[in-house]
Amino acid sequence: MGRKLDPTNKVKRGPGKKAKKQHGAEVELAKFITDGEAFYLVRFSDENSKWLKPTKGKRKLPEPESGDESEELWEDEDDEEVEEEQQLDDDDDDEMVDDYGTLGSEDEAGEDSDGDDLLPIEKAAKKEKKLKDSMDLESDEEEDDDEEEQKSNADVDEDGTIQTNAEDMDKFRLPTAEESEKEGVLSLDLKTVYQRIKDNIDVLCNFSSKREEGKDRVEYLALLRKDLCTYYSYNEFLVEKLMDLFPLSELVDFLEANEIHRPVTIRTNTLKARRRDLAQALINRGVNLDPLGKWTKVGLVIFDSSVPIGATPEYLAGHYMLQGASSFLPVMALSPQEGELVLDMSSAPGGKTTYIAQLMRNTGVIVANDANKERLKSVVGNIHRLGVTNTVVCNYDGRQFPKVMGGFDRVLLDAPCSGTGVIAKDPAVKTSKDEVDIQRSAHLQKELILSAIDSVNAASPTGGYLVYCTCSITVEENEWVVDYALKKRNVKLVPTGLDFGKEGFTSFKQFRFHPSLRLTRRFYPHSHNMDGFFVAKFKKFSNVIPSAAAGKGDEKTDVAEATEAADSDKASQTKADGSKQNAKTNGAPAKKSGNLKSAEKKDLKAGPKKAKIARMEVKTEKGTEVKKSFSGPKVSTANKGGSKFEKKQGKKTKPSMKNKNRTGKNKFKKMKPKWQKQNKK
Amino acid sequence: MRPLTEEETKVMFEKLSKYIGENIKLLVDRPDGTYCFRLHQDRVYYMSEKILKLATNFSRDKLISVGTCFGKFTKTTKFRLHVTALDFLAPYAKFKVWVKPGAEQSFLYGNHVLKSGLGRITENTMQYQGVVVYSMADVPLGFGVAAKSTQECRRVDPMSIVVFHQADVGEFIRNEDTLT
Repeated sequence: MGRKLDPTNKVKRGPGKKAKKQHGAEVELAKFITDGEAFYLVRFSDENSKWLKPTKGKRKLPEPESGDESEELWEDEDDEEVEEEQQLDDDDDDEMVDDYGTLGSEDEAGEDSDGDDLLPIEKAAKKEKKLKDSMDLESDEEEDDDEEEQKSNADVDEDGTIQTNAEDMDKFRLPTAEESEKEGVLSLDLKTVYQRIKDNIDVLCNFSSKREEGKDRVEYLALLRKDLCTYYSYNEFLVEKLMDLFPLSELVDFLEANEIHRPVTIRTNTLKARRRDLAQALINRGVNLDPLGKWTKVGLVIFDSSVPIGATPEYLAGHYMLQGASSFLPVMALSPQEGELVLDMSSAPGGKTTYIAQLMRNTGVIVANDANKERLKSVVGNIHRLGVTNTVVCNYDGRQFPKVMGGFDRVLLDAPCSGTGVIAKDPAVKTSKDEVDIQRSAHLQKELILSAIDSVNAASPTGGYLVYCTCSITVEENEWVVDYALKKRNVKLVPTGLDFGKEGFTSFKQFRFHPSLRLTRRFYPHSHNMDGFFVAKFKKFSNVIPSAAAGKGDEKTDVAEATEAADSDKASQTKADGSKQNAKTNGAPAKKSGNLKSAEKKDLKAGPKKAKIARMEVKTEKGTEVKKSFSGPKVSTANKGGSKFEKKQGKKTKPSMKNKNRTGKNKFKKMKPKWQKQNKK
Repeated sequence: MRPLTEEETKVMFEKLSKYIGENIKLLVDRPDGTYCFRLHQDRVYYMSEKILKLATNFSRDKLISVGTCFGKFTKTTKFRLHVTALDFLAPYAKFKVWVKPGAEQSFLYGNHVLKSGLGRITENTMQYQGVVVYSMADVPLGFGVAAKSTQECRRVDPMSIVVFHQADVGEFIRNEDTLT
């Protein structure tokens, strides 16, 4: 079962799966390359004189070979040619760009610069130390050392190598255009790419001192992005998103963490067993486990097991539940009380639902909903297995919710998301997501969060809380959605009650969020060793939905804004949506800001706290500014587009649930008592 | 969702009484509120009145499960207990069988309990009496029917069946789809 990621004690690893993956691909490729293209493979011919500038004549052809072979000793032979090629290129570049260490004296230069006869490993260690100081990170360190060590072992065999390698390492330079072009044809050796990523990040972290003259940061970043895509096999879009999200020093950690599985964790079902007894029983079955952490009293982490952990008699008897550590958090944030009425809006497969039930000790009522009927089977199974008796399981679309049933004391919304936090679980995310997917799920999340908020009863004596969580780490699906909810409904953020995790963003690229978003929590695989996760806890302070008419207008503008962002990114589908939305708001584009402000003010009147008013006002102004700058030009383009286009597109897009919802919501409040009466009859 | 008819109630209670005898009373009259049985899509659910009221909010086709599922009525109007009812059978069971740790796994895969795996058995168990099966650590594993009376059990050879398997907690994994 999964390995425990312990940053202080890293397991030694070889070149790994990645290195094997491309095995032989180059040879295959070489077969397909026709003569015209193949001149890259033929190493020394006059044809390459275009880009290979003559040196001072010192260099002999066979020279680099000695170095390469030794480096290749532990690599597959298939890679050799390419590897050599690469090596060569580097050397060539040296000649062209490098300003120190002329070619002839390459050997001496290598030795001189580092003074005494240092092995590459030692040099690397030195450099690593520097890097460590500057970046203040510790993981991955040993891994590199290992790799370096292997390299050095190989190098020791032949003396000549050391210097060439050392030269490479001493200074990182961007590859020239020709080289990158060539990489398109021949895939690079992954180890080289990895080293280049390392070096590149090193340069980027100390840009002023280590940069190459005349090269822009943008160029470095572009190369880094490309390399990360190659090495970790992500698509460009996701890497770009992640690069925006993390400081570069953390980025590689994050990506590395996504390659390792999170440890298997289980949650004790306190309805049926105690953690100590359970741990004892499992140990007797040959399971190696430990308490999960200080922050939970019910979690256990499984290191290894001689029996399948999902099929022990204890599991079947419902003494524990297999559940990721991150799934504990939203329920802990929700902190349901005994006797309450709780809604779990997207409950499958029931891990969080049963945790809620055990915190409530099987009292009160839990409504476990999920939009997918198939997945509800596991909910039912788990509920019965764990002996939860206070649950109603139903199969609605979450967006219909306040219509079906409202007045909950607490609501947990584990929104469907793009899953960028759980790449370790589902590597398909690496390549399958793009801008449109993110926008689409953000849109769905916004709809869901509004209906979740509307389902909460603010007047509840004990509750009135909503917890919103996703297993995604993008800002669009988290902070943006939360901020949207803050604008639309009478809710405020409250501390989640989780004493670890990183604070949510209050500003990110073009977004500016409400300052209270600091109260939300983000969790990352590399820093917390659990799936990437986001948790926000709301308190609803008024059941009034801020001024129906104005509120409606707002919603539309906002959604339009959302889709506009997608527009700019070539999304045709959302474009249609967006323009449709725009068309609706077009009627009074000038009024928009005014509308907004009035809406917010009405909000404020309803809201009880004066202190908040001041803050909110600042926010509204900011918000409107942003909005203006956003919607100004776009609206006009939509106008130009003409109504014909919009209509056409409008037909294509399915009749949105949201619209139905919105009109219904206001009616709903009026109608609800009637319905309830009917129901009782 | 509707209350059970007279006939259905009779059939179901007859079945239940095979395992818990007159303790059925304890299921219906509970000190912590009124509990009742309801039929929903051929399945019988056991729930408190409070949940029952809330469940009326949901339309029939959207409601998947309420409270605890006890079992289902077959097309021939017989009642079949599901393993999900185990939580309510085990505490009130009149006749019990304990299986040895080695035979636990076998029972959880749906096999009958053999004499060799029999750890303990309640005195005076009659033949064909409904019994609840426990592990030696007193964890309820399922239920079944005694194939032999306690007296006979002493004499039979180790490979003969002493409890016929009816339901076990392994079904939570094996038959997850058919539980509801």
